[in-house]
Amino acid sequence: MKLDAKIPAGPIEKKWDSHKFNLKLVNPSNRRKYDVLVVGSGLAGASAAASLGELGFNVKVFTLHDSTRRAHSIAAQGGINAAKNYPNDGDSVWRLFHDTVKGGDYRAREANVYRLAQISNQIIDHCAAIGVPFGREYSGLLSNRSFGGAQVSRTFYSRGQTGQQLLLGAYSAMMRQVAAGTVTILPRREMTDVVLKNGQARGITVRNLLTGELESHSGHAVLLCTGGYANVFNLSTNAGSCNVSAAWAAYKRGAGFANPCFTQIHPTCIPRSGEHQSKLTLMSESLRNDGRVWVPKAKGDKRPPQDIPEAERDYYLERRYPAFGNLVPRDIASRAAKTVADSGYGVGPSSQAVYLDFRDSIKRKGENKIKDEYGNLFDMYYQITDENAYKSPMRIYPAPHYSMGGLWVDYNLMTTVPGLFALGEANFSDHGANRLGASALMQGLADGFFVAPSTVSGYLGANKFEAVSTGDKEFTDSSKQVQDRVNRLLAVKGKKTPAELHRQLGNVMWNDVGMGRSEATLKKALKKIPEIREEFWKNVAISGADRDFNQTLEKAMKVADFMEFSELLVKDALERNESCGGHFREESCTPEGEAKRDDANFSHAAVWEYQGEGKEAALHKEALTFENIKMAERSYK
Amino acid sequence: MKGSKHFSVTVRAWRQAGPAEPGKMVSYKVKDVSPDMSFLEMLDILNDDLLKKGETPITFESDCREGICGSCGLVVNGDVHGPDEHSTVCQLHMRRFSDGDVITVEPWRVKAFPILKDLAVDRSALDRVIAAGGFVSVNTGAAADANATPVEKDKAEEAMDAAACIGCGACVTSCPNGAGMLFTGAKISQLALLPQGGPERAKRALSMVAAMDKEGFGNCTNEYECEAVCPKDIKVANIARMNREFLLANLFSKR
Repeated sequence: MKLDAKIPAGPIEKKWDSHKFNLKLVNPSNRRKYDVLVVGSGLAGASAAASLGELGFNVKVFTLHDSTRRAHSIAAQGGINAAKNYPNDGDSVWRLFHDTVKGGDYRAREANVYRLAQISNQIIDHCAAIGVPFGREYSGLLSNRSFGGAQVSRTFYSRGQTGQQLLLGAYSAMMRQVAAGTVTILPRREMTDVVLKNGQARGITVRNLLTGELESHSGHAVLLCTGGYANVFNLSTNAGSCNVSAAWAAYKRGAGFANPCFTQIHPTCIPRSGEHQSKLTLMSESLRNDGRVWVPKAKGDKRPPQDIPEAERDYYLERRYPAFGNLVPRDIASRAAKTVADSGYGVGPSSQAVYLDFRDSIKRKGENKIKDEYGNLFDMYYQITDENAYKSPMRIYPAPHYSMGGLWVDYNLMTTVPGLFALGEANFSDHGANRLGASALMQGLADGFFVAPSTVSGYLGANKFEAVSTGDKEFTDSSKQVQDRVNRLLAVKGKKTPAELHRQLGNVMWNDVGMGRSEATLKKALKKIPEIREEFWKNVAISGADRDFNQTLEKAMKVADFMEFSELLVKDALERNESCGGHFREESCTPEGEAKRDDANFSHAAVWEYQGEGKEAALHKEALTFENIKMAERSYK
Repeated sequence: MKGSKHFSVTVRAWRQAGPAEPGKMVSYKVKDVSPDMSFLEMLDILNDDLLKKGETPITFESDCREGICGSCGLVVNGDVHGPDEHSTVCQLHMRRFSDGDVITVEPWRVKAFPILKDLAVDRSALDRVIAAGGFVSVNTGAAADANATPVEKDKAEEAMDAAACIGCGACVTSCPNGAGMLFTGAKISQLALLPQGGPERAKRALSMVAAMDKEGFGNCTNEYECEAVCPKDIKVANIARMNREFLLANLFSKR
C-alpha cells in the first residue's frame, strides 16, 4: 500500500485554490453520463449528493433508514464553527486552523485542516441561503456562542438542534435534486460490499432491508459517507443503527484504515441507569458555557447538591485549567471527570457522575434566558431522569461519542482504492486525535458541499472507465460472498441475542480500551475479543428468514463487523505507545496526569492494510509534518 | 434516577407478518421492568426474550432514541407517541406505568402510511411532499455573505418553531382525516417566514399542496389533534399560514 497524501505544493493559503485549478473538469453536457454512488445520507452524504446533482452528475443515494432525513447527523445539538469573526473577537481562518490542529493534539494533516477552516465561512453563507433558521440577534444578524477548546465565539447554532437544522437543509437541497431528476434515493439499503474492477471502485452490493434481497449497483465513483463507529463500545451517544460495516467492507477490499484508536469520549452525557440501557444521551457541550462542573470536596458526600455549601464544592475544571475553565476540550474534561470519580468523589446512585450546575447562570441571567438557549436539553434531561435541572444540577458522565479515526484519505478525500472516497466522520479526516466541539458539522458539510464536487469531478475527468455491468463476475462474486455470510449467521441458531453479545464486547471495550488504556488492559482486551467473537459465531440467536424485513439479522450483521473491527482498534491503541487527544495511554503522562505525546516516534497517521482473514493487518505510516504550526505541549491552563 | 422496585406489565402488541398479511393483537408478559427503563428498552427486553424462545421479535422502528430522528412512532394505549405531552415514544419511560398494567401497542394507522410489518410503517409519502418544493433553489457556492440578509429575530424564531418538525408522522396518524397538513404547513411556513424562501413562495405552496393531495392525505377539519400530539409542539397556525399561502398563490400566481 502506497500512501500518497497528494498535498498540493505552495503556501498553505494557496493550496486549495491552486489544487482546484489543477483538477480536471468534466464538461457540463458529459456529466450525466457519470454515475456517482453515495452511501449514507447524513451531512456529508446529503450535501455531496446535492452538490454533485447540481453539477449534473447522475447520483444514487443509499441509506439504511426509511428516509434520508433520519441520518444521525440529525442528533448533533450545539453548533457549527466558522471563522466569520462576526463578534470581532479576534477570530480568523488562521485561528480556526490553529485551534483545530492544536485541539487534535497535532495528529491531523495541516493542509486538510487549513482547507476546512477556509471553507467554514462558505458553509454558513450557503446554509443561511437555503433556509436554515440559525439563531439571530435583534439586529437580524447571526448569533454566536462559545465552545470548548476556543477562546473566541465562532459557533453558529439553531437552538440545541443545529445538527437537525443543517441536516434538513442539506436534505432539502438533495430533495430539490430528486425533483430535478439528478438524484435518485434508495432507502432501506445497507451497503454490504464495495465492488472493484481493474482496481477501481465500480459499484456496491447492498441488502434491501425490507425484502432481504441483495442488489448490485454500478457507478464510476463510490462515496462512503457512513459515519463513525462509536457503537463499538455498545453504549454510546450514537443512534442504534450507526455502524462500521460499510467502512469495514471497504477495508477488506483494500482501503487503508487510519488511526482506529482515536475515539472521542464526550464529557457531558446522562449517566447510565442500568443493564437495560440501550443508548446514552448527550447533553450538548454548549451547556458548559453556562454550567459549572463540580464534585463535593469530601469523598462519598451523599448530601443533596443544594445542601452542599460553596466552600465544600470543588470546581475542578476551573481549578485545574483557569484559562479555559469549564470550556476545556472534550478529552481533557472527560479524563478529569474520570479522575475525580475514580478517586471516590463521584456523585449520584452509581458514583459515576459529576455535577453540571446552572445555579449561578440562572441567578445571573434569569431562568427564562437559560430556557431560551437550552430549553430542549433541560426537557430531555427531565424526561430521562425525572429531575428538574433548573432546580438541582444535572448529573453527567463521559460516554463514547465520535470517531476521529476512519478510512484513510488523501487530500482529494479518496481512499487507497481508486474511485472510492470517504467523507465526513467516515474518514480519518481533520480532527487528529481529538475533535473540537462544533467541528463535526463543519467537516461533514465542507467535505460534501465544497470538497467532493471538485475532487470527485477531478477524478472522473482524469480517468478512463471500462464499461461495467452488474452481471459481471465481480458483482456476482461479491453478492455470493455476502450471501454466504448471511447464510452462516442464520445457520448458527444459538442461544445469545446479538444485543447481549454486543454488550459483552462493549463492556470489554469500555473497561479496557475506554478513557484510560495501558499495555496490560489492551493485551487483556486482545485476548478477550477473539473469545467473544468465537462465541458470537457459535452461539448467536437469530430468528426469522433472510428474505424478509429482519431487524435481528440486521443487528447481527453489524455486531459481526464490530467483533472484527474492535480488534484492529485495540491493536492500533497498543501500537501507539503515547498519549494524544482522546487516546490516553496511562504509561505516557506528565506528573500532573496530563497526556504526554511522543512526537519523535508517533507524529504519524497509522494506516492499517487488510491482509486476508486470520492474518495480521500490515501497518503503514503517513508522516505528519508541521510547517505552519509549531508543535507544543497542549496546554489549556 | 429515582430507582425503585422492578415490576411486570403485559404488552398487547399488533403483529402483522407483512403488508398483505392479516394482523392481530398478541399479548406478552414482560417481567423485571425497571422504572428507569425507556418504553422502547422494555420492548427490547421483550424482543430478546422472544428471540431466546425461538419466536419472532416484534418489528418496530427507532434510531436516535433521543427524540430527534423521527424514526420511532407507536400508539400506546390509544395515545400517539404515548401519554407524555409533546414527546416521542422513545422518550417515554416506564415510571409512567405500574405493576400489572396492560399496555396496548399499535402502529400508525393511516392510509398514507401502509403497514410494512408489525409496528413499522412506510412514511415515504412525507419525503415526496418535500421533494415537491420544500427547499430553496440556491446552488452550492452561489450565496452572498450570510449577514447580507438580516432576518427579524422574531421571524427567525417562528421559522425555527416550524422547522423543528422531525417528520415522524404523528400529526397524520392522530388526525381523523389522516391529513398531512401540519407537516406540510410547517415546511411551507418555515420558508415563507424567511426572506430566503421568498422568491419561490407561491410555486412552493401550490406544488407541495398538490403533492400532499396526490399522496392520499386527507384534509383539515380543525380537530387540533395534530398539535396536541406533535412531539415538537408545532402549532396549527402553520396550517392557517399554508392555507393563506395557497390561496394567495392561487389568486395571484401566473401558473
